[in-house]
Amino acid sequence: MTAAVKIDVARLDAWFGRVHAVKGVSIQVPERGVLAVIGPSGCGKSTFLRCLNRMHELVPGARAAGRVLLDGDDVYGGSVDPVLLRRRVGMVFQRPNPFPAMSIRDNVIAGLKLNGLPRDTDEVLERCLTQAALWDEVKDRLGGSPLALSGGQQQRLCIARALAVEPEVLLMDEPASALDPIATARIEELIHELKERYTIVLVTHNMQQAARTSDLTAFFYLGELVECGPTEQIFTNPKESRTEDYVTGKFG
Amino acid sequence: MPSHTDKIYENELRELREKLLAMGAKVELAIASSVRALVERDTALARKVEEDDTEINREEVDIDDCCRRILALRQPAGSDLRFITTALKIVTDLERMGDLAVNIAERVVDLNAAPQLGSYADIVKLADLAQAQLKHALDAFVDGNPSAAQVVLKGDELVDAVYLKVFNELVGLMLEDSKNIRRATALMFVAKHLERLADHATNVAEMVIYMVKGTDVRHPHSRGLAEE
Amino acid sequence: MRRFRLRKLVNVTMTVVCGLAVVVALVPLVSLLWLVIKKGVAGLSPEFFTQLPTPMGVPGGGVGNAIVGTLMIVAIACAIGLPVGIGAGVYLAEKGDGRLGRTVRFTSEVLAGVPSIVIGIVAWGLVVLPMKRFSALAGGVALSLIMIPTVARASEELIRLVPRSLREGALALGVPEWKTSLRVVLRTALGGIATAVLLSVARVMGETAPLLFTSLNNQYWNLAPDQPTASLTVEIYDYAISPFRDWHQKAWTAALVLLLLVGLLNLGARVLSRNRLGGAS
Repeated sequence: MTAAVKIDVARLDAWFGRVHAVKGVSIQVPERGVLAVIGPSGCGKSTFLRCLNRMHELVPGARAAGRVLLDGDDVYGGSVDPVLLRRRVGMVFQRPNPFPAMSIRDNVIAGLKLNGLPRDTDEVLERCLTQAALWDEVKDRLGGSPLALSGGQQQRLCIARALAVEPEVLLMDEPASALDPIATARIEELIHELKERYTIVLVTHNMQQAARTSDLTAFFYLGELVECGPTEQIFTNPKESRTEDYVTGKFG
Repeated sequence: MPSHTDKIYENELRELREKLLAMGAKVELAIASSVRALVERDTALARKVEEDDTEINREEVDIDDCCRRILALRQPAGSDLRFITTALKIVTDLERMGDLAVNIAERVVDLNAAPQLGSYADIVKLADLAQAQLKHALDAFVDGNPSAAQVVLKGDELVDAVYLKVFNELVGLMLEDSKNIRRATALMFVAKHLERLADHATNVAEMVIYMVKGTDVRHPHSRGLAEE
Repeated sequence: MRRFRLRKLVNVTMTVVCGLAVVVALVPLVSLLWLVIKKGVAGLSPEFFTQLPTPMGVPGGGVGNAIVGTLMIVAIACAIGLPVGIGAGVYLAEKGDGRLGRTVRFTSEVLAGVPSIVIGIVAWGLVVLPMKRFSALAGGVALSLIMIPTVARASEELIRLVPRSLREGALALGVPEWKTSLRVVLRTALGGIATAVLLSVARVMGETAPLLFTSLNNQYWNLAPDQPTASLTVEIYDYAISPFRDWHQKAWTAALVLLLLVGLLNLGARVLSRNRLGGAS
């Protein structure tokens, strides 16, 4: 990995009220790399993800301590507006969440319109839907309801929507867990294409998905980062016995 | 070592391990029998080795199936993945060793048809060494013991030295009397097969080290790695 | 076996009892509709919708000014009540878990339980006394006070139904919170809120007590919000307590018109909510 470090997390702690959800995690993600975060439920991987674009702050009682650098700038710095940060660090969620009251077109350009960013919306619309591998399927019904799309299409619409604000980093919180295998495969293929432009952090329960899509894999357990390394190494020859037990299915 | 949450998977892996050991034992027996057939001039035993090889071949296919099934259905990772790939590779070595035992037995049938040529002492020594190599390699596999496997890698030098000695003796016999050539050549094949057997044992040992430690120790020079 | 029979018997008995209860509940409803239609239909004519009331003893005339007046008063009530009600609903749903939220919620519950005549007195004190005259505005204020708590609570509930994931989706695009609330969350809930608003409009349209001493009545056409204004309900009241048979007839017919208007609004609400659900599936 000779690429520049895009995200540099150092000794990150996060709490929900009294629950210490993330404990002293340090991780570096290279520019245009894909980091997969795996671990059992409740291991803090989603919280970790949300700390990267300060989405955790939306939960009352949540707080984070430590350092998260994006291109060397502290995300938690006093002068950083979380709203602007989230335009640089986009997010895709577990369940597809298109805005039901808007058309497919308005969903894609929602970020631009709501933020009042002047852009050539037709150009953005086609570019983002193409990048999300959805253009051909929806180009004839851009005015239609997003709820008429299949789950996989809705998720790709949400990815297109996230791309429209031109983020640098894409956070994906189990983006395929609600989808069937074909739709999942398309999302994974998409991740491969997107990593040419974006840095991606992917939280997943599906270890094969992590193995297929990522360059780096991090294993979280009980809020701690147990091990982070090249994906191939994590799945063929993990260094930590807890990682070994998890990837071979010896937990619980 | 904690066991897999999925007990059926756990059983499948244990079964595969047991099949490999059973096959290894059969191969050891085949080699021992072929050598005994030579020393004791027991042609019937040599023929039995040839017959029994079909069973070893069948087990190879069976173990391959087992590995494929686990790969397809379980998507093994970590040490499980290394175990399966190791199994796939050493099963080929084991089968090949079975074939070599058959090759030795074939030569033994020819040799036993004529009077014995000289002492078999050094060939027996070579055979003992080769069998010891295989035994240690299989033990290392069972115990998951990389240092035992390391011993096997070192031991191959001695096998090669004894083989060279046997080779020179046989060449000497050939030079002495051209009537010896036919039998000496047959014995030379036996020695060569034994030396090859030891090489396969080395392969097994190398795979065991990979299986346990996750590092590949094969061909350090051609891969630009310095030997330890 | 005996137990089984007993259970069956109890089951049949209870079904019959509940069925009877339904019939008893339906009787007044059906008879009310029947009575209003039967008595009201006689006075229906195009003039009834377009003409001014005639002085007593003069035949003909209509309640045109009262229909317009009712619509105007309700429009004023909406202009005041909807922004306040929906705004409060948004606040309660988004930030209403604190002390202020609980206070607002409690207050609106109390307000919803206040008898409408009391609301009328309040509007009288608030608007009529300072302006020194009865007016459509005063009536509108009174009706808006009735609307606000129901609209606020309905909006709150409907906004709370909007999945959290939609809010997160918008926030993750870098949309500020207030914009997310208004342009994503509220917009998503708007269909349901519109239904709730129509129902609450239908309800206040039928209010008489708060209008009696706020908008009063007027025998002429009036579009000025600061003047006394006729309304269907007060008109019905005035006609009904009069000693004239002709006016009694007009009261019945005006009641029918009011019933039609309210029925139309309910129907509209029904259609709106059905379309919304149909679109979502």
